[in-house]
Amino acid sequence: MSDSNAVRLVRRLGPFLGLALVLVLFTALEPDRFPTAVNFRTVLTQTVIVGLGAVGMTFVVVSGGIDLSVGSSIALSTIVIARLLRDGASPAAAALAGVVAGGVVGVVNGTLITRLRIAPFIVTLGTLQIVRGTAKYLAGEQKIDAPASWLAGLMAKSPDPSWLIVAPGVWALILLAGFLAFVLRRSILGVHTYAIGSNESTAVLCGIKVDRTKVLIYGLSGLMTGLAGLMQFSRLTVGDPTAATGLELNIIAAVVIGGASLSGGVGGIAGSLVGALVMAFLANGCTLVGVPNYAQEILVGAIIVAVVAIDRSKRGT
Amino acid sequence: MEGVEKSFGATRALSGVSLDVAPGDVHALIGENGAGKSTLMKILAGVLTPDAGRMSLFGSPYRPTGPLDARRRGVAMIHQELTLAPHLDVEANLTLGTETTTFGFVRRAGRRAAIRDVLTRLRLADLPFDTPVGTLSTAVRQLLEIARALLSGARVVIMDEPTSSLGRRDVERLFDIVRELAASGCGIIYISHFMDELREVATRFTVLRDGASVGTGTLDAVDDDALIRLMAGGAPTTGTRAPSVRGTPLLVLDGLEGHPRPTEASLVLHRGEILGITGLVGAGRTELLRAVFGLDPVVSGSVTLAGIGFSADEGPDARWDRGMGFVSEDRKHEGLMLDLPLSVNLTLSRLEPVSRAGFVDGKKLDAASREWIDRLGIRAAGSNVAVGSLSGGNQQKVAIARLLHHDVDVLLLDEPTRGIDVRSKAAVWDLLRSLANAGRGILVVGSHLPEMLAHCDRIAVMNRGRLGEARDASTVTAHELLTEAVSVAESRHE
Repeated sequence: MSDSNAVRLVRRLGPFLGLALVLVLFTALEPDRFPTAVNFRTVLTQTVIVGLGAVGMTFVVVSGGIDLSVGSSIALSTIVIARLLRDGASPAAAALAGVVAGGVVGVVNGTLITRLRIAPFIVTLGTLQIVRGTAKYLAGEQKIDAPASWLAGLMAKSPDPSWLIVAPGVWALILLAGFLAFVLRRSILGVHTYAIGSNESTAVLCGIKVDRTKVLIYGLSGLMTGLAGLMQFSRLTVGDPTAATGLELNIIAAVVIGGASLSGGVGGIAGSLVGALVMAFLANGCTLVGVPNYAQEILVGAIIVAVVAIDRSKRGT
Repeated sequence: MEGVEKSFGATRALSGVSLDVAPGDVHALIGENGAGKSTLMKILAGVLTPDAGRMSLFGSPYRPTGPLDARRRGVAMIHQELTLAPHLDVEANLTLGTETTTFGFVRRAGRRAAIRDVLTRLRLADLPFDTPVGTLSTAVRQLLEIARALLSGARVVIMDEPTSSLGRRDVERLFDIVRELAASGCGIIYISHFMDELREVATRFTVLRDGASVGTGTLDAVDDDALIRLMAGGAPTTGTRAPSVRGTPLLVLDGLEGHPRPTEASLVLHRGEILGITGLVGAGRTELLRAVFGLDPVVSGSVTLAGIGFSADEGPDARWDRGMGFVSEDRKHEGLMLDLPLSVNLTLSRLEPVSRAGFVDGKKLDAASREWIDRLGIRAAGSNVAVGSLSGGNQQKVAIARLLHHDVDVLLLDEPTRGIDVRSKAAVWDLLRSLANAGRGILVVGSHLPEMLAHCDRIAVMNRGRLGEARDASTVTAHELLTEAVSVAESRHE
């Protein structure tokens, strides 16, 4: 047990080593097309939606929970934004409403989990369907066109103004991830999140208001999902009730590749972001090299299993 | 069994135990909590292997390689915690692991006659085979455990506190069955704390103390007093310390009732006092502390701290807020977060003093942790190490330090010295005494009577959910406390 600090270091650095490996590999295979500013800008932009979701999901997973409803929730956000824009709301108001919609779904998840004492997996499996259905109902089962607005620029690969270098969405991800990493590591809410995930009985015994904290965690995660929905809308420029189907699994995969444990108590924002980047660069590099899509999927699946297996062996359990 | 020994690391659990059971004999095994009864039974049932000593069964050497082997050779254990699968029906449970199959499919018809026969012996002739076991009462489930043992051809049956969760009528039915089993040639080892029960059903006895067998004989030839003296050992010991100055009442329990335990608990804990609660495992001591701390619901009665009561919807957070802290006996699953740093474990109930504007200040956190690491002599490489990497004694100090960091007035401690070495034990008791001297009130649950007598000011005994009167530790003897713990409460005879 004396090497627990060393184990921790490896665990924290592991995802970064994985990312470095992916970057070196594809740079060697495609030296002309892979390591270019344009390509990196593209990949970063493609990481934004999964990245924002993964930042929120990290809180949930560290607390020992899971949220399967985020894909549906992203679609709901795009619908809310598109409908409000169509009805003449200002882009800022529509964007805010889209983010809040995600937050509401999160609070509902948290409330159901704590009040009904049902496992998060089951509750969010239910809300996955309910939210998707709600999005389709609000959209009348079809895509909603919205008038052009500056929201589309959030995910532009060539940002305006150009001194931003990368899309505003990328900056939003970087700034929020930095802030929330600090919150998770250092705030009282963050410490309570780790405590609940590590040993809920102890958290109760120590007088932590576990139920209230969980609702906060799911609500916070929901806001991040709503923001991911805003970015999804920006990319599509329409409200799409079928958008982001199955994306929750990519988000959870990013968090797991980033070193978090689905049994709670372990994980971090930086790791989850790196997990999202690994998946994005892998997809991008494979496409450039000409690896067919089916092979990419098999590869990502194998990586998820391998990462967790390596993590297990490091812990010696 | 002859001269059986077993050690766990440096702890010697058994140091020379001898025991013999004849067919048709019901043999009582008696001893205080921690005397080594469970270890002995696990060795018999093949769960543990002995370090030394010999065992024989029907004249041939008996060295079971595992529980399955023990069962195959005719030794069956009826566990305290029942081991049936609640969702499966009666028949499936009884044949689990020994099913007869055709091409991999269970053939049910084959053993029904045998099952019916066994159930009839246990007076369960009317029980339908397809009843899910989860819907049956505890008493019936326990009989099914016995049925399973009989079906597998058990000749030696070990029963560990079989009456602990039974009502009086079920107890009598069980006794009849035990006597019948013995009459049919089984040897039975019967573990219980209750003298009247043992006298009703058993013929011979063996007393264990501190891992050794210290007496054996026929129950009719000895009285309860002699047995208790054997269990407690040596001359009657009383507390040696002078009574300390008792301050104002701090914590008052009035007719506290939980579900299912405690049934009735009243006490007054004063400032400056260490009040001990002892009793048998399962008497409801832990449940009492949990109810006081708001972890389990209170059915009736009241908990009053410094003159103000707690309402039913107030939980542990309200207890902490008003200066009451709790150290669980289960460090691993409830007391500590083993994979989180020592510093977080220590400060979790009260992060405000080490925080600024909702964010934990790393320097303050480290300083607060180091203060307690130094003051309590916790051996740790730093405040940032995972608490799971510390030794048991140091983990326990961290759990207690949490209460000190929180600066509570009332400390509820459940078995605070269990599983830690002798020097750590002394350090923990010294710490508790200095806290009491500083005006705090300490309520401590413990099993080891000499230890409790040496360190508590007053001691109360819990017996089947009822808390007895607290008595001065300088005048009460271990013998008296033990008598109170094993005596039969009035409620048993209603």
